[in-house]
This record gives sequence, C-alpha cells and structure tokens, in this order.
Amino acid sequence: MESLIEVQELEKVYRLGEVEVQALRGVSLSVDRGEFVAIMGASGSGKSTFMNILGFLDQPTRGQYLLEGINGEHLSRDEQAEIRNQKIGFVFQGFNLLARTSALENVELPLIYARISGVKRREMAQKALSEVGLEGRGHHLPSQLSGGEQQRVAIARALVNQPSILLADEPTGNLDSRTSIEVMDIFQHLNQDLGITIIMITHEPDIASFAMRNIHFRDGRIVEDRENKPPSGKEGMKQ
Amino acid sequence: MTTFLSSLLIALRALMVNKMRSALTMLGIIIGVAAVIAMVAVGLGAQSRIEEQIASMGSNLLIVMSGSSTSGGFRFGAGTQPTLTFDDAKAIATEIPGVKYTAPSRSGLVQVVYGNQNWASMAQGTTPEMLEIRNWSIASGRSFTQQDIEGATKVCLLGNTLVENLFGGIDPVDQIVRIKKIPFTVIGVLTSKGQTGMGQDQDDTIFVPLTTAQKKLFGIAFPGMVGQIAVQTSGPEVLNEVEEQINDLLRQRHRILPNQDNNFTVRNLTEIMGTIEQIGKVMSLLLASIASISLIVGGIGIMNIMLVSVTERTREIGIRIAVGAKGRDILLQFLIESLVLGLIGGVLGIGMGIAGTLILSHFTQWPTLFSVNAILLAFLFSGSVGVFFGFYPARKASLLNPIEALRYE
Repeated sequence: MESLIEVQELEKVYRLGEVEVQALRGVSLSVDRGEFVAIMGASGSGKSTFMNILGFLDQPTRGQYLLEGINGEHLSRDEQAEIRNQKIGFVFQGFNLLARTSALENVELPLIYARISGVKRREMAQKALSEVGLEGRGHHLPSQLSGGEQQRVAIARALVNQPSILLADEPTGNLDSRTSIEVMDIFQHLNQDLGITIIMITHEPDIASFAMRNIHFRDGRIVEDRENKPPSGKEGMKQ
Repeated sequence: MTTFLSSLLIALRALMVNKMRSALTMLGIIIGVAAVIAMVAVGLGAQSRIEEQIASMGSNLLIVMSGSSTSGGFRFGAGTQPTLTFDDAKAIATEIPGVKYTAPSRSGLVQVVYGNQNWASMAQGTTPEMLEIRNWSIASGRSFTQQDIEGATKVCLLGNTLVENLFGGIDPVDQIVRIKKIPFTVIGVLTSKGQTGMGQDQDDTIFVPLTTAQKKLFGIAFPGMVGQIAVQTSGPEVLNEVEEQINDLLRQRHRILPNQDNNFTVRNLTEIMGTIEQIGKVMSLLLASIASISLIVGGIGIMNIMLVSVTERTREIGIRIAVGAKGRDILLQFLIESLVLGLIGGVLGIGMGIAGTLILSHFTQWPTLFSVNAILLAFLFSGSVGVFFGFYPARKASLLNPIEALRYE
C-alpha cells in the first residue's frame, strides 16, 4: 500500500542575510495512514522546518515530499493553499484562533475557503466541536474559554475539513499538565477511534509517549525512529 | 458568489470590531463627498441662474446704440447722442438677411402717477417686436399693436414693480396713469422677470408705443430719433455676420467717410453673456476639482488605516492562509473592507452634502442646484477611491508569508 507521506532526502537551506543556515540535511521518512507520530528534538533541530514543509507552508530546497502521491514542488501558492485546505489540519502551540470570533465561526473558517455553503458549514462545524467535547459552546468567544478549551476549538477547526493528516506543532506547549493530558486524550480518540493520522511536534517525552511512533531530530537529521506503546487514555489521566 | 458574500461578512465584522477607527476613516470620504456635492450644487446653481438671465434677456441679440455726445470736451458715452432713426431699424430688418426682428427704442426716466401714488421708472418707447426679442410676455391685458405705433396712441404696458408700487391689489388694466402729466391707458401687465445678473430690476419698466414716446414724452430735444435698436438674428451662427452688415449698412446710411469713426455702436450681448456663462462653468469645474482633492485625501486616509489594519492583523491573515485562504480570498476580504468604508462614507457624505448645501443656501440665499449625476458620480467615485487606495494594502496582505505571519506578535 502506498504511504500517506513519503519524504526522501529532504534538505532545507535558509539564507539569513550573508549566512546560510542548513535547517534540514537529508531527511527521509514515510508515514502510513492511521499512524500517530511524535517528532521530538531540541529547538533548532529542524523539526519545525520539517513540519512547515509537511504542511505545505514551505518548500524544500532539495529532495522530494509526496502527500498521497502529490508532489508539492511545483505547486503555486494558491494550489498549496488548496491542499492545506483539503488535506491538512493544523494545531498550533498558541491556538491561533481568531479573536472576537465565536468558537463555531473559528471552526467554520476552513470551510469558508472550501466554498461550502452556510447551512452545511454550520452543521459540519457543530459536529467537529462535539467531537472534541465542546458541543453547545460554539457561541463562546476564545477569550471566554480556558486554554484547554481553546486548543480543543483549534483541534475541531483542524478536523472540520476531514483532512488526510493532522499536524500539531507543540499542541500542549501553552497548557498545564492536566489540560495537556486532556488534549492528548482527544488526539488518541481521534487516532484510534476515527483513524486520523497525526504528526505532532513536542519536546516533552511525556506527551510524546502518547504517540505510537517517536522520531528524534538533531541538527537537521533523524537520529532515532522507534515504535512506542502508548498508554490508554484512562491511564494517562491517572498520571 | 458565496466567496463574495462571506468576504463581505468578514469585512463588515472587521469594520464593526473597530467602530471608532472605521468612523474616523470614513470621515475623510464623508467630508470629501459632501464637499463635492455642495460645491457642484453651488456651481450649478450659479450656472443655471446665468442661463436663466440669458434666456430672459433674449437670445441671439445685438444692440445698436446711438453715438456719444460731446459737450465742452466731455464725451458722454454711448447712447447719449441720438443718431439712430426708426428708418434705420426698418432698413436693418429689410436689407440684412438673417435678421429676425428689430425693435427701435427710446427710453428715459419718467415719473408715473396713479391716484395718490407715484413712482419713477424707465419708460421705453418701442415697437411690439421688442417683446418678442427680450422674451417679455403679457401677464394680463394685451400688448400694443401696429395701429398703436401708427396712431401714437397713449397706451402703456406696466412692469410688475410699477404695478406693485402704484396699484397695490387693484387690477391696473384699463386704468389711467399719468406719465409726465399725460394720461396713458394701461392696456397690459408684463410677466415678472426678476433681476438681471447685475442686480438691476427688470420689472421696473413701462412700455409705450415708440411714436408716442417720440412725440409726447421725449420728443422736444431730438424729434424722430431712437436711442437704440435691438436686433434679433435667426440663429447664433449668423450673429457676427449680421453685426458686420449692420456696421456697413449704417455707415452707408449715416454717410460716414472711411476715415471717420462710427456714430453708433453695435454690441453683441449674447457673446458677452456667453463669456459670463463660460466663466460660470469654469468656476463650477474649479469648485468641483478642489472638492475632489479632499476626496482623494480621504482615500489616502483609507489606505493609511488599511495598512495599519493589515499589519495589526498579520497573525489573523497567517491563520487564514494556513487553513486554506488563497491570495484572492485575502485580497477580496481587505478590498471589500475598504470598498465598504468608501461606500458607507459616500452615502453619509451625500446626506451631509445635501444637508450642508440646503443650510448654505438658506443662509446665503445662493442659488443651488442638485445634480443626480453628480451625486451618483460622487457615490461611485467614493467606492472607487476605496478600491483604489485599498488595493495596495490588500495586495500586501494577500502576499504575506504564512509562516512569518503566524509567528508575528
């Protein structure tokens, strides 16, 4: 079976004025449908750059990246936007919700750009909100929600378009350990019960332990790639 | 369509969030549009006043005036020395093609008495053609006829000012007034024409048959002479030609030698009024252009605020791009925002412009005229200003790098 993500010899070079920074130095990786991968590494290890390329927000300098067989190399900005819209859901460390905009409307955002009509949009957004346990809270503004709830809204937004892959960049970085575990429980639920593929960046081993596969980055390379036996959601709660 | 509607909603919400700022941004456009509308209204009002006056004066008009008189070295100006005759007028009418009417006239200040009221006014001895040439019409009674001219009957037509001052409510037709102590029967009343461009009351006048005036009113000094001859041509295109021919004809009739000056003057009133009209047009154009500048300044205000708004909302734009907004979605969102700013500003500006004009004309008594075209144009222009000045900020937003935008604090 074809892998969902196929990465070969990916390199990324940034130019910061005179200095060239090599963020990725040849990364090869394949991720199958239904995996839950945690990417770990110190800051500057290239994991965020890698994530941006996986998310079609950035393009590699060299090497190849295929998402469901689609090569991002020669795509225009708008074509990349369409792939992000259709196939990728993002969860960020800082939630990145639109302020002064209700939770429901935040979740609807990708659907607006997918040109889905108002009634259908509302329906899909409600469903995504209940998937993360926020049914009935759609009318709240982000400022009226706790950090954990805000991140759940962001997860609902990432899910609402039924993407092929959910990319999470330090999703628990701004949360305390209890709410972090809540968020991880949701990730596990999405992965195990709904079969959604998740790739998550974290620097916390506790959080990484929720994933089925842990990958370590150092200096722009993968230094470790191993299977992990994640605890179930209930065990997580006890910790 | 859904794109547009949702972009419109997004834009409206963004404007609602920053009500104060949106209002201040609009203020520039509001003032600009209001200024354009008020200035155009004032300009058009002045222009239509001028046009009315030209119409009331009579169109395609030449005035032939008698030469000046000289006394003890003082020259007294055109019309003071009667050199024109009734026959000159008849000759112009019959010998020059392109002449529609001629009306000789002789006028002077007279005291008019009715009962115990009296009033000094300008009496014009003339022929019925004068009414045609100067666009006078009869409000009541009748005009005088060729028989009145031939018989030098003692009848007169009164202007509105005289009617008001002498009669005060009584119907003047068939009443007897005394002009220079001679009784005249009022046969008709002239329709009011109001003031001239120079503020002269055109209704303060009496018309009497030319022959009557010559014999009974001003006849002693220069019998048989007329002060001036009004000539109406068949159209504006022959005015200059007719003017030259009148010159030639009268020089011949008055036996003026080639090296002598004319003892008469021909004035082309239509040309003069045309020039005034032109000045009026230039003035209203000038007013409108100055007002348009403020509209452009308002547009720059929109651009300024939109640039601030784009910078301030960098992160929001990053989020939108990350979840799949295309360049044109972002472009459209900000463009609609500035368009809406422009259009709402335009509507408010139209309201303010109309209100301002009404207040202005109420206090200054200036004539004003609203032009639907100018209002529509100002509205469209305010929208275009919004789009034009919103384009640069909107484009800037649509080209943001999502990674950097998401990192923006």
